[in-house]
Amino acid sequence: MIAWTIYITFAAAILVIAAPARFARWTALSATAADLLISLIAFFRPAADPAHYTTLVRVPWIPTLGMNYQLAVDGVSLTMVLVTSLTAVSAVLFSWEVQERRNEFFFWLLLVVAGSFGVFLSADLFLFFVFYELVIVPKYFLIAIWGSTNKEYGAMKLTLYSFFGGALVFLGIIAAYVAAGSLDFNELARFGFDPHLQMWAFPVLFLGFAILAGAWPFHTWAPTGHVAAPTAGSMLLAGIVMKLGAYGGLRVAMNLFPEGFHVWSKWIAVVAVIGIVYAAAVALRQRDLKFVIGYSSVSHMGFVLLGLAAANVLGVSGAVLQMFSHGVIGALLFALVGMIYHRTHTRDLDSLAGMNLRRMLPFTTFAFVLAAAASMGIPGFSGFAAEVTILIGAWKTFPVAVWITGAGMVLVAAFTLRILRRAFFSDQIATSPEAAVAYSPITFAEKAGATLLLVTTLAAGLYPKLLLDRIMPAIETMRFIQPNG
Amino acid sequence: MYLELLKLSSPEGILTLTVLCVLALGLASRGSRLPAFVAIIGIAASAVAIMLLPKTASLFNGMLVVNRLNSLVKLVCLVLSAFAIFLAQEERQNASVTSQLGEYVAMILLATLGLLLLVGSEELLMIFIGLELTGLSLYILTAFNSTDLRSPEAGLKYFLFGSTASAFTLFGLSLIYGMCGSTSLAGMVEGLSGAFQPLLAVGIVMTLVGFGFKIAAAPFHLWAPDVYEAAPVSTAALIASASKVASFVVVAKLLLLGFGPIIGSAGWHAAAGGWSPVVAAIAALSILLGNFVALVQTNVRRLLAYSAVGHAGYSLLGIVAGTPEGFSATLFYATVYAITILGAFAVVGWVRRETGGDNISHFSALSRRFPLLSVYMTIFMLSLAGLPPLVGFFGKFYLFSAALDAGQNNGLLWLVGVALFGSFISLYYYLVIIKAMFVDEPRALPAAEVAASATSAGVKLDHSGERWVIGFLAAAVLILGILPDTLLARIANALT
Repeated sequence: MIAWTIYITFAAAILVIAAPARFARWTALSATAADLLISLIAFFRPAADPAHYTTLVRVPWIPTLGMNYQLAVDGVSLTMVLVTSLTAVSAVLFSWEVQERRNEFFFWLLLVVAGSFGVFLSADLFLFFVFYELVIVPKYFLIAIWGSTNKEYGAMKLTLYSFFGGALVFLGIIAAYVAAGSLDFNELARFGFDPHLQMWAFPVLFLGFAILAGAWPFHTWAPTGHVAAPTAGSMLLAGIVMKLGAYGGLRVAMNLFPEGFHVWSKWIAVVAVIGIVYAAAVALRQRDLKFVIGYSSVSHMGFVLLGLAAANVLGVSGAVLQMFSHGVIGALLFALVGMIYHRTHTRDLDSLAGMNLRRMLPFTTFAFVLAAAASMGIPGFSGFAAEVTILIGAWKTFPVAVWITGAGMVLVAAFTLRILRRAFFSDQIATSPEAAVAYSPITFAEKAGATLLLVTTLAAGLYPKLLLDRIMPAIETMRFIQPNG
Repeated sequence: MYLELLKLSSPEGILTLTVLCVLALGLASRGSRLPAFVAIIGIAASAVAIMLLPKTASLFNGMLVVNRLNSLVKLVCLVLSAFAIFLAQEERQNASVTSQLGEYVAMILLATLGLLLLVGSEELLMIFIGLELTGLSLYILTAFNSTDLRSPEAGLKYFLFGSTASAFTLFGLSLIYGMCGSTSLAGMVEGLSGAFQPLLAVGIVMTLVGFGFKIAAAPFHLWAPDVYEAAPVSTAALIASASKVASFVVVAKLLLLGFGPIIGSAGWHAAAGGWSPVVAAIAALSILLGNFVALVQTNVRRLLAYSAVGHAGYSLLGIVAGTPEGFSATLFYATVYAITILGAFAVVGWVRRETGGDNISHFSALSRRFPLLSVYMTIFMLSLAGLPPLVGFFGKFYLFSAALDAGQNNGLLWLVGVALFGSFISLYYYLVIIKAMFVDEPRALPAAEVAASATSAGVKLDHSGERWVIGFLAAAVLILGILPDTLLARIANALT
């Protein structure tokens, strides 16, 4: 049934472009709401067996070359589908006021969402890659047409980075296909690849995925892309697209080439730790609110990589939990920044300082404080649960990395508190009267979207077992897990 | 015997008769679309004749070979030429094409006839005759636009380069004949069974010069940008599509069937003497040079020409692999590339008619005037860049996996890496065109062009036919991308 998320979203995309523009947002909302409902039902269905990679559909597609249209689901896919639909619903809600070329906008937005569902559910390497590459072009249009600051540059940079990563993934996939003669994930995950092949194919494949996941030093597309993107675009980028890379690294690279992974895992950890600390340090120096959030995304994705590199059940499960958590928190933060920018037309921290936002936009301030707390990793929010799980997992494998990451977390707290104080709780009260103009009120759609994400991060933070119960059994059966770790 | 010949060469015969009819009609009714109509009927009849041919037959020691592969490729060439003729009769801004449509279409048909001969033969002399017939017709077609000085210039350039390349090929073929004592591909295999000799290497390289010219592979591509830019749009489309497909098939047959024993190896650590290292070098050079030079082009047709050099490089990968899989992949890629580039040229022709030029700036904000046309162009461009779910993506997947599969220890990994790098670069310049159509603001028209477009708007012409054809090609690119097996199974079937 969960496969319907893909079909509904694609159908809605076609409907949106074919129907008059005034139906576009309602179509998009009902499709994504249906996706959310389906993924929630699938997630909470008691009969589901999260440990088993259950095949949903298997139809011969290109029999001459052995490609199948094959979808499968386990606990990890379920979690990713859930965060995708959550982000999608709120992204649609936050795009409610988009006026320009509205049906095209929702068409591209739905295409990104549908392609992402496809990536998280496909169990055939070729199908996986088709969906994976399908997401690239819609992002370009979303940013280049509806974006803001430096949009054409940001869009092109992001697209070329994605496509470059895609080319590396392509090479790795072909290498696996040629060696194993199969494209089925289940068969590939049992196939014993030649260690020599794994040694070069794993880094190529993983690097390709890591570029999309925003790994240092290939992260630079992320901040510029986020800044250039429209609000919904940033939400999709942070909430979904970066997760595609991390998910690919886990599902494909690590499962196919476990020996290559064990050789290279320490380098992944090094890159992850540098990313966490470096991005947090850079965020501390930014003046544009969206740049800060963009770099914080890179920093948080570093945690995902660190968890994956730990190569044990706790670390990797924590990484998946962090994908979920950052998907929600990242999307929320970008949504709130968009909310502010929509009204003040600036994201410059110094300008915002004089605008007395805590009086003018009380709801935004309230939500931003909560989101910032979640982002910093305050207990009770999902970020804390995820990061602690990752650090415990990583402690067993890379204790030094955990120490350095601890310092990085201080930096994360520092830059988060800095933007909170500068943007919302500054002492400079605006003296100029025109700064006191009443902003257009926060719409119901915006409130609903923000509340949805806030409730999710709180729920996942207060009761992470709900997610971990589905993630951990799935991770335990993956073959790269070292039995002793 | 001669009755048999008449029967087996019926497609070519029908086409020859059509040429005569079209020429006569062109003289009788100047300026009408009748010749194009008759030509398309002739092509359809020829296609029917191909389908009625026996499964396998061979005449005169391989001069005329009928098998499933040749028939399939002939059909593809005929379909592509029919599209080119369709484009020709829509070229309204091109006075010399319109007023002399009979001659123009007759030349396209002659070029097609040359392609059929080229494809249907497994004998060096006939291959050369086919090559020359195609070449000479295409030189004339390129120079056909007498109102634009660049067109005869490009024709002359094409002719000079082409005849030099042909001379090389003929010399190479004569050397090969001297070494093997046979001009049929089957006979050559027997003659070649000995060791690899230097003189043979000279012969093969010289032969490759001529074919490298035909498929516009670097460093024999220098004619392509000028010809693509200045020739009538339909001619450029024909050169880029049907002529390409046929040439690739012939190169593949020549190398794999004729020179099969001396393939050598292009593997990184296992390079061995033979033709495959040479072809691999040509492929790598084409991919890098074509894609890098395309980056700086401002004219869409020149851009497509340089990108064609890159695509020729990709297509050669399957031949370098030297396996049946590789051959099938090359054939698949060349065919779908031809369909895509035909569509792209059709759009360029349309834009040229509406805006008076074909620079990237002429595509600015095209999506506001012709939304559907821009969508089609986007489909063609993204397919060329190799993005799913379009057919170019599947073609690349098939081609690259066939290349990686060949040889020991993924020896061709370096070449696949180069190809992937090239296709990464290519996305940029295809995106520039897409950006112009969807993101850029409309450009300010110079006064002269406003006047020009006003006059063309005054003559209300019905282009709905062209719209449907471009839509059909775009749908083909999309549907073949989602269900590549429809074409792939046929090719695989023809090769077994």
